[in-house]
Amino acid sequence: MIHVAKLARLALSDAEIDQFTTQLGAILEHAARVAALDTGDVPPTAHPIPLANVLRPDEPGPSLPRDVVLGMAPAAEDGRFRVPRILADDE
Amino acid sequence: MSAGTDGLTGRTAAELAALVAGGEVSAVEVTDAHLARIEALDGQVRSFLCVRPEVARSAAAAVDAARAAGEVLGPLAGVPVAVKDMFCTTDLPTTAGSRILEGWQPPYDSTAVSRLRAAGAVVIGKTNLDEFAMGSSTENSGFFPTANPWDLTRVPGGSSGGSAAAVAAGFAPLALGTDTGGSIRQPAALCGVVGLRPTYGRVSRYGIVAYASSLDQAGPFATTVADTARLLEAMWGHDRLDSTSIPSAPEAVLAGLDAGVAGLRVGVVEELAGVEGIQPEVRSAVDAAGTLFEKAGAVVDTVSVPSVEYGLSAYYIIAPAEASSNLARYDGVRYGLRAPAGEVAQMNALTREAGFGTEVKRRIMLGTYALSAGYYDAYYGQAQRVRTLIIRDFSRAYERFDVLLAPTSPTTAFELGAKTADPLAMYLSDVCTIPTNLTGACAISVPAGLDGAGLPVGVQVLAPALGEAVLFRAARALEAGFAFTARPALAGVSG
Repeated sequence: MIHVAKLARLALSDAEIDQFTTQLGAILEHAARVAALDTGDVPPTAHPIPLANVLRPDEPGPSLPRDVVLGMAPAAEDGRFRVPRILADDE
Repeated sequence: MSAGTDGLTGRTAAELAALVAGGEVSAVEVTDAHLARIEALDGQVRSFLCVRPEVARSAAAAVDAARAAGEVLGPLAGVPVAVKDMFCTTDLPTTAGSRILEGWQPPYDSTAVSRLRAAGAVVIGKTNLDEFAMGSSTENSGFFPTANPWDLTRVPGGSSGGSAAAVAAGFAPLALGTDTGGSIRQPAALCGVVGLRPTYGRVSRYGIVAYASSLDQAGPFATTVADTARLLEAMWGHDRLDSTSIPSAPEAVLAGLDAGVAGLRVGVVEELAGVEGIQPEVRSAVDAAGTLFEKAGAVVDTVSVPSVEYGLSAYYIIAPAEASSNLARYDGVRYGLRAPAGEVAQMNALTREAGFGTEVKRRIMLGTYALSAGYYDAYYGQAQRVRTLIIRDFSRAYERFDVLLAPTSPTTAFELGAKTADPLAMYLSDVCTIPTNLTGACAISVPAGLDGAGLPVGVQVLAPALGEAVLFRAARALEAGFAFTARPALAGVSG
């Protein structure tokens, strides 16, 4: 559970980890009915309608104004999104 | 016809558009009447997350100005539409019911909303929902729960509970929702209104907050089948901004609505009509619908779709898996909430922990697990193969039948708080609606009457992908047969 939380980038509390361990167990037990089904050589469906390689002409058009987009961000500087440092001290 | 404030709410969109087009009332008067009703009564229902009277009034004034200038008015001219807060709107914030997007103001309109505006509709406000559309009761909203207008101690269903409740309460004749596992049809049933999930790809997903991309589809709510068709026709059709949008032009549905169902082959889905835990009154409503179809000249028989029993399990792997990927974008960098932290990975994790509610975290965890190394094929791959089996079963059913009949929800509206502690029990509310999302087809919920407690019962008609014309014809026949006209009596007002 702690590993999955790390993969999902969620800083879960200890109480949440306990709660989810029980609840996801019950949900996965229900899902095990699917896992146990003999599907033989049935192909998977990733998408309900058969659309592949949807193409359109590459026509230049106006983009959203940069100041509007940066204005939505929690922090911006010099025309860019600002974030805390990428690497922690111990990395 | 009365042009006073009291005479404008509770009317159909068709009536209101005709009144506005004919100059009998102004769009501003129509908007003001609905705003007044919201102001008076939404404190009890809490169907809206955001209403800004001046924004709605200014949209209505633009319709009146267009009419004064002699312009041709659109089919929804001056008609108020309540919009689920999953649709981006340039003039109202869009939150998806989540604290992580609280106050976010989108820089563009979703295609569905921009087409409705072009048709003359007035966005009256943004409605409440389960956070990121994950839920069946609207109790997972990051802000507050919505009550069912028929009984304020009960849920309106979900996830589009605010939209369904707003239409039922007469706050707007029309509303928009999204349906990933039943999120339009189930609240429509619980609130006694009509709700349609169109064929996947018929309504553009551009500008709609993504939950599970292979299942998400936007659709209409209304009090009548004809209004539902009218709203659908104003927004569907190909959109180059959504690569999963179906290129072919949709077949008109409103024009053929009253063509009748003589000779139509209707199959009652055994596994859903007899689903475990079904309320007896819901079962009788399905039987009554079958009888109404027969009286109208249709041929009714039962049909077995055996793989639907695996639908719920497959859905609760596929939808969380897609959600875990889609919701990765809420990382505190480009929009929304950011939690303070010294470095970026910690900032992402703390932001997501603070901004997401419990159900969203639960589904992200479930989806991340189902997609993780060593489990991918056992869960996600297998769920996708089951999806194929369900599609094949329905194709076989549609060799013998034109439309299928089923309950929409196994029960009528349950008490607020009844299922919040048991996620699996909550998920079971979607058992009858999920198969349509997995197959990408269309289905509609139509009110069938009230149960012993005075709560609405819905029945569901299903049709194959692109089968909206026959679906609407069948729904119209049921509507005429059931003749459901009851409205919730909200305290403090008449009518």
